[in-house]
Amino acid sequence: MNSAYAVTAVALVALATVLVGAFGLRISRTTSDFYVASRTVGPRLNAAAISGEYLSAASFLGIAGLVLVQGPDMLWYPVGYTAGYLVLLLFVAAPLRRSGAYTLPDFAEARLASQTVRRLAGASVVGVGWLYLLPQLQGAGLTLTVLTGAPDWLGGVIVAVVVTVIVGAGGMRSITFVQAFQYWLKLTALLVPALFLVTAWQSDGAPSHAFDEPAAFREQRVVRIDDTLVLRLTEPLTVTVDGTVDGRELDGTETGLSAGPHRIDGGTRLTFAEGAEVPAAGRGADDALSPSRAESREERPLYATYGLILATFFGTMGLPHVVVRFYTSPHGVAARRTTVAVLGLVGAFYLLPPVYGALGRLYAPELTLTGDADAAVLLLPGRMIGGTGGDLLGALVAGGAFAAFLSTASGLTMAVAGVLTQDVLPTRGVRHFRLGTVLAMAVPLGASLLVGGLPVADAVGLAFAVSASSFCPLLVLGIWWRRLTPPGAAAGMLVGGGSAFLAVAATMAGYPGAGPWHALLAWPALWSVPLGFLTMILVSLATPGRVPPGTAAVLARFHLPEELRTEVSA
Amino acid sequence: MSGFLAGLLVAVLPLLAAGFWIGRRTARPASLAGLGTPVEHATFETLHTASLATPPLRAGLTEETAGKSARKLRSLLGTDALCLTDRDQVLVWDGAGAHHRAEIMERLTGPLDTGRGEAFPLTCDTPDCSVRWAVVAPLTVDDRVHGALVACAPRESAVLVRAAGEVARWVSVQLELADLDQSRTRLIEAEIRALRAQISPHFIFNSLAVIASFVRTDPERARELLLEFADFTRYSFRRHGDFTTLADELHAIDHYLALVRARFGDRLSVTLQIAPEVLPVALPFLCLQPLVENAVKHGLEGKADKCHIQITAQDAGAEALVVIEDDGAGMDPGLLRRILAREVSPTGGIGLSNVDDRLRQVYGDDHGLVIETAVGAGMKITVRLPKYQPGVHLTGRLTPK
Repeated sequence: MNSAYAVTAVALVALATVLVGAFGLRISRTTSDFYVASRTVGPRLNAAAISGEYLSAASFLGIAGLVLVQGPDMLWYPVGYTAGYLVLLLFVAAPLRRSGAYTLPDFAEARLASQTVRRLAGASVVGVGWLYLLPQLQGAGLTLTVLTGAPDWLGGVIVAVVVTVIVGAGGMRSITFVQAFQYWLKLTALLVPALFLVTAWQSDGAPSHAFDEPAAFREQRVVRIDDTLVLRLTEPLTVTVDGTVDGRELDGTETGLSAGPHRIDGGTRLTFAEGAEVPAAGRGADDALSPSRAESREERPLYATYGLILATFFGTMGLPHVVVRFYTSPHGVAARRTTVAVLGLVGAFYLLPPVYGALGRLYAPELTLTGDADAAVLLLPGRMIGGTGGDLLGALVAGGAFAAFLSTASGLTMAVAGVLTQDVLPTRGVRHFRLGTVLAMAVPLGASLLVGGLPVADAVGLAFAVSASSFCPLLVLGIWWRRLTPPGAAAGMLVGGGSAFLAVAATMAGYPGAGPWHALLAWPALWSVPLGFLTMILVSLATPGRVPPGTAAVLARFHLPEELRTEVSA
Repeated sequence: MSGFLAGLLVAVLPLLAAGFWIGRRTARPASLAGLGTPVEHATFETLHTASLATPPLRAGLTEETAGKSARKLRSLLGTDALCLTDRDQVLVWDGAGAHHRAEIMERLTGPLDTGRGEAFPLTCDTPDCSVRWAVVAPLTVDDRVHGALVACAPRESAVLVRAAGEVARWVSVQLELADLDQSRTRLIEAEIRALRAQISPHFIFNSLAVIASFVRTDPERARELLLEFADFTRYSFRRHGDFTTLADELHAIDHYLALVRARFGDRLSVTLQIAPEVLPVALPFLCLQPLVENAVKHGLEGKADKCHIQITAQDAGAEALVVIEDDGAGMDPGLLRRILAREVSPTGGIGLSNVDDRLRQVYGDDHGLVIETAVGAGMKITVRLPKYQPGVHLTGRLTPK
């Protein structure tokens, strides 16, 4: 791919973002055009902004990669990411807006009048935010590697520095216009190339390839292995090797590999013949990184799928950067309308990544081998169309991917830094906000340099699991159950969120390798969400004396429409 | 290996935090067990028990507070039973012999009226009842008898009479402090009621005069202005809740400016720059309009040429930043400081100090007005409004902290 085009596209995205941000304020010169200036953000604009902030690297790159590698089972990811808003719409959106809370810790304080619960909620926001920032930085690193061949860590560092500077300097705050613009940019960046790709596919004779067959090379293909890996062959394979396989130096000779594991050293080039099946790749034995969650998914597909569904359905409402946006709606009804519009926008967007995944399985199957499946979206235009057209489309996709990292990462950094300054660092003030911003970004950056290796969409799935186990019980019970008490809420968040967090940490650390325990820890939502709910309910019932005074008034405020409330109190 | 290390780190961090927290919560000041003679120990013990009985009584003499402190008071006196009453009934009975409640109340009428202590035997049909004598010590606040402390014992004891009297006096002091707390709260509430926003009477006279001047020459304009005036006064006279949204406050400012422009015409120009994200922010009712009124006054005061006012509302993370700037005569910062400290009374209008007081009342001392000014250099007023503050919502009321 021609990296000059891509770099230009990325620069353009950044420039356009700054420009749109600069026009985010509404200026009126005279009082006669006051009406225009004082109009609140409409549901549709707000919905585009929420979608813009929500559609992260996981959506833009990760889903296509997972579909490419593991087939249609992975369509549960986009379904879950979208359906999360349905749950949000039904149970949370309007009452949350009416609560007047700006962040999740605010909600906890408004509902339970407890500083302890507020701090716990703040800690959970930071935890979820960091978990979610991690894959964004990894995705950025991957994108830069694919585009320019830079080392893995560089992209993450660049995005981290750019976002820290932008957020810390006070520019591109979570301005609605910017985020709405980012949504339409991301949609365009996927839609336009997708149309060209589908046309190219049609003119290629519309070849189709069932997902249950193993992917196969459609033409002779040279694959370069960058990191040492173990190839697990189920059938013997004939391949031309230029490099080291199983410790043997081979120099462009055709070699027959028997069934079973084969170790391929980094820097080896494999040339596959047309029609050859793409073998499955495993991580090298000397690499202590977690075994792919794919393995446990294959062992227990039903459990893994339900775990994923639960995490994404209930995790969306606890994402710190999503909740903040609802505050912009003038009232509860607008918040509900916004959520409906978000469902439409996000749903439309998620139709596209699976297309890339399916086409990737046809045209770039070797990505399953090199472990860079997340790059499928970036590589396809060049692979299928080629020439200047392919380069331009590739540049468009790269710009969109960059927009995805920037918008989600800056939204998350804002949310995490806000909590750090308000609830963790000793005093408030602008300088402390900057300190909070640096801290908010430094931890996930450090972690991304240390951990790495987890597929982007999987890592996001883990953040959703923690969010679903800690915030979902707090929000749902807080809004719908009047007997919730501060000790109950605190215990539920600690037990639910804490256990999910430990499970996630264990999975990332690669413990315990395999077996039923690995599946339980890799997909924690199925047990940790009910555990969080149960703990919250039982502890609340055990401490009936601690129901905060004024609960009835607070709940009335959550559930009564605003106009009615004014009349009641007047 | 690095992955494992990172995971371990992630897992250990929350444990460390939890350990730190638990340690902080359970840590106690060094025990006094090894210090002093037995007499001193007894003194410490007594003082400690007394201090434990104090906090509930600071909220006044009610069934709930009496119940919380009675056990501590009884261990202070070391009697079999202790009861606290108000003027009409027994609030709490701690210890044996609760069947004497009615009898005690009957015998109390005398001491409650005179305010003098008394000791009397109790008649009892139960043979093994340990409560035979009652010592009554009245609880007085400002010479008024609020209730009584009754200590019951198996036999008459002069020591008990003396001790009960001392404890009752100590309880009385606590009740006096409670009274003091209450009057302080009432004072703050009265202050808040006084702080409630009002529109300046000058503005009403001026507006009506301007409208009157248009009635003959331009009736349509006069009608429009009257409607603006009606909208503005309806907003400022409303009585539900002490808070409003930034959008509503800006609309009120718009009505206000329309009336002012009718009076000053082209001499006044206004630029608004508003981030739509901050419009739903809740803020104390009528806390920006006086600032705009102030800007208009200072902008047009003592000069014949034009004045420009700029109103900006920006999104700043968890806060909304509102800036009101004029290019008028400005003010001596020293004088302004004295006005805000209420050492000098401002000339007309409810002024900046009221707004400043209310903002501090609602959001705390670090959210007061920030004013940049000098003589001849205009004035720039910055208000920082947190997007969320407990208790600040549309139907909320200003309350003492």
